[in-house]
Amino acid sequence: MASDVVIVGAGIVGAACARALAVSGLRVTVLERGAAASGTSAKGEGNLLVSDKGPGAELDLAVYAASLWPALVAELADELGPAFPELEYERKGGLVVATTEAGSAPLLAFAASQRTAGIDARPVALGTALELEPWLNPAITAAVHYPDDAQVQPVIATEALLASARNHGAIVRTGVEVTGATRDATGRIVGVTTTDGDVAAGAVLIAAGPWSGEVARAFGVSLPVRPRRGMVLVTTRMPHRVFHKVYDGDYFGATQSSDAALQTSSVVESTAAGTVLLGSSREQVGFDDRLRVDVIREVAAKALRLFPFLADASIMRTYGGFRPFMPDHLPVIGEDHRAAGLWHASGHEGAGIGLSLATAEMLVARMRGEAAPLDAAPFGLDRPTLAPHLEEAA
Amino acid sequence: MTAATPARGPGPVPTPAGAAAGARSVLVVGAGPAGLAAARAARERGASVVLLDASDATGGQYWRHLPDSRPSANERVLHHGWSTYRSLHEELERDPGCETVLGAQVWAIERADAPGTAAPVAVHVLVGPPDGSRRVGRTFRPDALVLAIGAHDRTLPFPGWDLPGVFTAGAAQAFAKGERVALGERVVVAGAGPFLLPVAASVAATGAKVLGVYEAGRVKGLVRGWLPKPWQLIGAAKKGGELAGYVGTHLRHRIPYVTGRAVIAAHGTDRVEAVTIASVDADWAPIPGTERRVETDSVCVSHGFTPRLELPIAAGCDLTADRFVRVDEGQQTSVPGVYAAGEITGIGGVDAALAEGEIAGHVASGGSARDTDLAEAIGARRTFTGFAARIEAAHGIRRGWTGWLEDDTIVCRCEEVPYGRLRETREATCGSGLRSMKLTTRAGLGICQGRVCGRTVEELLGGAASDPAASAPAASAPAASGPAASVTTDRRPIASPLRIGELAAGPDLTRSSTTSNVQKGHP
Repeated sequence: MASDVVIVGAGIVGAACARALAVSGLRVTVLERGAAASGTSAKGEGNLLVSDKGPGAELDLAVYAASLWPALVAELADELGPAFPELEYERKGGLVVATTEAGSAPLLAFAASQRTAGIDARPVALGTALELEPWLNPAITAAVHYPDDAQVQPVIATEALLASARNHGAIVRTGVEVTGATRDATGRIVGVTTTDGDVAAGAVLIAAGPWSGEVARAFGVSLPVRPRRGMVLVTTRMPHRVFHKVYDGDYFGATQSSDAALQTSSVVESTAAGTVLLGSSREQVGFDDRLRVDVIREVAAKALRLFPFLADASIMRTYGGFRPFMPDHLPVIGEDHRAAGLWHASGHEGAGIGLSLATAEMLVARMRGEAAPLDAAPFGLDRPTLAPHLEEAA
Repeated sequence: MTAATPARGPGPVPTPAGAAAGARSVLVVGAGPAGLAAARAARERGASVVLLDASDATGGQYWRHLPDSRPSANERVLHHGWSTYRSLHEELERDPGCETVLGAQVWAIERADAPGTAAPVAVHVLVGPPDGSRRVGRTFRPDALVLAIGAHDRTLPFPGWDLPGVFTAGAAQAFAKGERVALGERVVVAGAGPFLLPVAASVAATGAKVLGVYEAGRVKGLVRGWLPKPWQLIGAAKKGGELAGYVGTHLRHRIPYVTGRAVIAAHGTDRVEAVTIASVDADWAPIPGTERRVETDSVCVSHGFTPRLELPIAAGCDLTADRFVRVDEGQQTSVPGVYAAGEITGIGGVDAALAEGEIAGHVASGGSARDTDLAEAIGARRTFTGFAARIEAAHGIRRGWTGWLEDDTIVCRCEEVPYGRLRETREATCGSGLRSMKLTTRAGLGICQGRVCGRTVEELLGGAASDPAASAPAASAPAASGPAASVTTDRRPIASPLRIGELAAGPDLTRSSTTSNVQKGHP
């Protein structure tokens, strides 16, 4: 039986799209070459952030996504029942601090610009910051509180979205690698070839995160998505002493930069399990997954600038992942103007967990020819900022 | 901003004072039989050697003994090959060209950026007691690295295995050999494999009464595994002698040795008071109606060994299909300049480890496996070729063992994940991948990082379904197919926990290229 949509990739973006499309009544097949939630979705912190984005299309998408999460979490809990692990969704809020005199003014100016875009970004005095985070280094120079930042356990969220998609008729096949496209006489893509037979489909959606460029190439088109590596350190369990997502204002510079060299900025947060996660680094080193001690050393040193008490906490694990990086810092959501029948949902860099739900809603509307909840043009593959990179990758 | 990179670039090379200037530097990790033999062989070829061990004495698990401050006349009796150990230890201790660093935890190995660069790896070490004040960081970039880090014992979960009084056999033996304290008055030893014999012997030597050794392998299985070439076993004089010694001990203490039985539950409130022992079939499934309750105050359990693979994996070494480190005739791994010896290349016992260590040390310091002075070691290694396969055939874990699990049996003790939750989650997510399952249930994510439960979780989640040969040993089943197959619980880039302050501080560069003031030998 043919599917209406084949989705390549069972990470959180593929899972969210699969669920939304299946709920809308379409027949969906998800093909994943590894295991579900085994790539980028399993390697991050589960950030649902509005605080790290400046005014613009990505922030609009993040605000929309933030509005979708609470209802989705409730729906999934209802649908999947108590036997399914909790998504650990928590609207814990973010606290962004500057650790240098020079960093103070840019942080406050950034927050002011976000407020014009409707973001609840509250500059707080040192005393308030220390009430929010009693263990914070009192030597900080500025702090902004973002009550709308939230967190979710990204692997459980992905599995829950897939389980719900299955409940709505979607088929999820893991260990199946997509190797190319099948086309009709007009050249329109009408399915995929895989390591386990062909799958016919009305539309094919690439949601393979940093590997999306590779899949697109197998389909004969270019997509300028590149891996941007990040490392996270995990402590042993400890009493709860970090209450928000706390990060250094450096983070904006790192997320918005295209520099290929190593950048680290400090992100510290607790998980429901009682561990503390320390992030994060950004490097463009391809899919090289070798440990680099200098990188994790710098992550550790910067975390201590925020929370000196962590010096005696133990690191028991580190993991690295690859963010799907787009040269103009925006995801691609929508049809491929060069190949009829082909769609994209990738390039979310470090924001894919949060943006997945909004991406799925945008995509369903586009595929069904309905009005999209947000202007789709900024996320189009044919946007002007991407044009030079498409040529480059072609 | 761009990172400063203090830990990169030309780094410290270990050059103990007694080694010739410009000598090849060899770093040996692990001072058990294989590591000691490697260090001595490398020194014989003039290499400058640094020997690291995490514990506070050389000898490894095998030659674990009382500290020199409380020497015992009994070591010779308790330890097979004790004189071999003493001579290796004393020779290296006297040798100024070998620096022995005890209390040295290797927490990470970094691979070189490009093949063919001078040092194959950077080895990051913290020296000092893990729970003490700040340890000292050191980074080694040797010409050659010999990994001789051994294996840890594997214990399958069963109801009640988390009660006080239930010991892994390795812990029990360490207790008996290192502390000389009796575990209890009435001790049950159970599990699978030849290691049960020395454990029972060590426990009995402390004065405890060993009620019995219960081997899950069936007699037929044991015969099949050991008998095809029994002359190899007996012909291997030392191994034969070792076994004969244990058998003699067993006879003296009148310890029953029973096959085809397993401890399927431990009972008690504050600590173990009794166990249920049942007959198991050839697949290790408990046979209903054969359960027997035995009053006991201590249980030692071992179902085999898991090689410590995190360092070889970090160094980039290829593994064999049954997940040991792949080595060539000179014990070199797939990574040039990185060698492996002892149990991480296959469970072969102390004599195989000594031979492999000697070969590894010799070749790592510039020799060849064809050199005539290695002939004896090469011959000894050949004697034990296939030993691991025979152990696996006779004692390897079989799939039926899951039959003794209850839904509330804890599988991951660090994170207290019961079997039922793993089963439920597997069903709810349609048996997803290992990484997803770990992150969803938290199994294997605790402080031991899956060293205790990792392979068990893999088997409970993945391996069973993908292997059509139901009677094949579970341990050798692939975890999954496709790219996910490379995801196992063996990969741990942080090889041992370290404090964030220690990580941030970096290595002590003032000590990097000089002979350290770390005490040689025992503290």
